[in-house]
Amino acid sequence: MTTVDAAELRRLTRELLAAHPPASTDRTDFLKARFDAGLAWVHYPAGLGGLDAPRSLQPVVDAELAAAGAPDNDPRRIGIGLGMAAPTILGFGTDEQKQRFLRPLWVGEEVWCQLFSEPGAGSDLAALGTRAVRDGEDWVVDGQKVWTSSAHVARWAILIARTDPDLPKHRGISYFICDMTDPGVEVRPLRQITGEAEFNEVFLTGVRIPDSRRLGPVGDGWKVAQTTLMNERVSIGGSRIPREGGMIGPVARTWREHPELRTHDLHQRLLTLWVEAEVARLAGERLRQQLVAGQPGPEGSGMKLAFARLNQEISGLEVELRGEEGLLYDDWTMRRPELVDFTGRDAGYRYLRSKGNSIEGGTSEVLLNIVAERVLGLPAEPRNDKDVAWKDLSR
Amino acid sequence: MTAQTEETVAPDLLYSEAEDDLRAAVRSLLADRADAPTVIARIESDTPYDPQLWKALGADIGAAGLLVPEKLGGQGASHREAAVVLEELGRSVAPAPYLTSAVVATETLLALGTEDGPVGELLGELAAGRKVAVLAVPFSAEVGTVAVTGTLDGIVTAVADAAAADLLLVPTSDGLYAVEAGATGVTVEPLVALDLTRPLATVTLTAATGTRLADAEAARPAVRRGLLAGAGLLASEQLGLAEWCLTETVRYTRDRHQFNRPVGSFQALKHRMAQLWLQVVSARAAARNAADALASGSPDTPLAVAVAQAYCSGVAVRAAEECIQLHGGIGMTWEHPAHLYLKRAKADSIAYGTAGRHRDAIAELMELPAP
Ligand SMILES: Cc1cc2nc3c(=O)[nH]c(=O)nc-3n(C[C@H](O)[C@H](O)[C@H](O)COP(=O)(O)OP(=O)(O)OC[C@H]3O[C@@H](n4cnc5c(N)ncnc54)[C@H](O)[C@@H]3O)c2cc1C
Repeated sequence: MTTVDAAELRRLTRELLAAHPPASTDRTDFLKARFDAGLAWVHYPAGLGGLDAPRSLQPVVDAELAAAGAPDNDPRRIGIGLGMAAPTILGFGTDEQKQRFLRPLWVGEEVWCQLFSEPGAGSDLAALGTRAVRDGEDWVVDGQKVWTSSAHVARWAILIARTDPDLPKHRGISYFICDMTDPGVEVRPLRQITGEAEFNEVFLTGVRIPDSRRLGPVGDGWKVAQTTLMNERVSIGGSRIPREGGMIGPVARTWREHPELRTHDLHQRLLTLWVEAEVARLAGERLRQQLVAGQPGPEGSGMKLAFARLNQEISGLEVELRGEEGLLYDDWTMRRPELVDFTGRDAGYRYLRSKGNSIEGGTSEVLLNIVAERVLGLPAEPRNDKDVAWKDLSR
Repeated sequence: MTAQTEETVAPDLLYSEAEDDLRAAVRSLLADRADAPTVIARIESDTPYDPQLWKALGADIGAAGLLVPEKLGGQGASHREAAVVLEELGRSVAPAPYLTSAVVATETLLALGTEDGPVGELLGELAAGRKVAVLAVPFSAEVGTVAVTGTLDGIVTAVADAAAADLLLVPTSDGLYAVEAGATGVTVEPLVALDLTRPLATVTLTAATGTRLADAEAARPAVRRGLLAGAGLLASEQLGLAEWCLTETVRYTRDRHQFNRPVGSFQALKHRMAQLWLQVVSARAAARNAADALASGSPDTPLAVAVAQAYCSGVAVRAAEECIQLHGGIGMTWEHPAHLYLKRAKADSIAYGTAGRHRDAIAELMELPAP
């Protein structure tokens, strides 16, 4: 196979635009045509939305399309599908699974959610207790999941469940694709500190999942889940962020527009955080350049840590800076939003929502463990849970 | 959004292959000639600088002339390469007048923009590593606030590497003068410095004479530019220093056993080292950004330099402090090199402006004024 280069991608993109002028084409139809032309994610295989091209060439396509005013697939709405489900399906799915799921996922016709965490299994995800028992051609699933973002809008879920409780915890897990419309799937909103409910509890009662919707071998679910989790943490670094592009932007603007709010103490703290935000932006940019140059470094694991802390400190400063207005909150109405916008709404919301940044997708403490052990090579803490059958663990 | 917040071209934050090769050459030279016991022995002797090291680094490897165009006898490279040399020097903390001579003095001369006559000749000498020149300003000088003294009579305190200099570049109210360090009327009196690896001296001029290189109007921006380059590339020294501290601390805590396990397996320590790693990763991006801005002549340079200094100073100090704490008692000894890094890091945090001074500069550049 000849590899596709930038010129070829540009040509194909223009061909797509000529055949389906964005101005007169329905949004979904355009996205489907883009997928079929292999210009959705160029590093995916031909026939699955890609052209087996280097991942670093995606910006070539994106820039052409953006210049032509073409619609995108609103990645914020389908982040879990794009960032986690898709690479896992690509890595471990059967041909049938890939054909069935990837197109509607990328186009945004089908939203995905992640049924991983449980009341008894968070950081220690491998301790999960949701059971999947084989029954003929099906698996019967019983258990409870929690903190499931977007479960209320999702059509499909990636699900991990225990298929063998007699093995040590990492070994008796299998990975499934769960139909969220199936009987036995019950989604209940979980209201969070911002007042709204982004996430949910999901109760699974006698849910039948055909064996054809298993991803990877029986008992290998932990390994498959590693792919999902790795992609969850790497999904930043896609595009360049402009200076003052993140949380620091609104604070800097408030500072410039409201001289009456300025104090010496806030000034020093603002400048310190401004510097840290700018440096984090540069570190993100460096990571992006490494990826484009085909030299991915371990730096990715650190970026989430940095942004979580900065988002929290900056939004905290902003609430304080606003003074009397900081005593107010825009709206406590319970809602079930379709997408999450960390920087949306007012300072109070940003302050509260950013508390989740150091918990979701692996807590900062757990990420520090990962950096220490996998990047720095420091020895693991002694463990007493590795060689014990799951059913004999303390809980 | 203000004008300064718009960026035109993306800075190149990676290392090129040529830069990697240069790094390898400098690292192996320093490993050979300036390992920790050697550096500790030297800083207590009368000859803290190793002339052979300087010759090998400056002349043989050609590091002294990286900033100087080829037609003047230099390498025609840029601040990006010089930054790599400084990373390695930070890692080794060997006394060498690189930052002061090959960067600050050289950049000041280059910024005069007069390549014929004594300036061009001098640049050739510096580039070849035959001479060392330092700018006669206190090491703490903040960019843009150098006091211009009278004629060639006066005292300048805390001049870094003056003891290694053949030539002093002296900013005066009458312009920039080149003064032979050994000339009559010039004394260079060593000070007892916190950082023993970068000797400081008081320079006293008493009716001394020198060559006038530029008038006051041309000298002022040139000196400012020299100090800007110094501040920007100091960030790379700080990066290298922090990296050494982290690497050594990880190595030590992996080996050192207490409570029947490596102390590096205790989460309280692992998290501290992981946090430090994150800061080093960030410092690298900031330092590369400053070096690239200086090299490309970006209009963003003053901001890039201020951000790099405001960030990297603290990271180097933190890394050296963590290094000592996580080594326990051995880290407190004269014999262990950790103290060299702490002293260098702390002195560096004052050099060419403290982090606070650089934050003030950012406040001005980004229109985030004090109340
Ligand atoms: C906004 C939000 C959205 C989320 N969305 C989803 C989703 O869509 N799907 C999904 O499956 N999950 C989701 N999660 C769940 C998230 O992944 C878990 O909350 C997270 O992994 C932590 O688990 P836990 O809540 O059980 O906390 P615990 O694991 O009980 O942690 C409690 C505390 O102990 C610390 N801790 C635990 N283990 C260690 C250790 N080894 N060393 C040091 N400290 C440790 C933690 O850092 C934390 O501070 C979401 C969470 C949030 C906040």
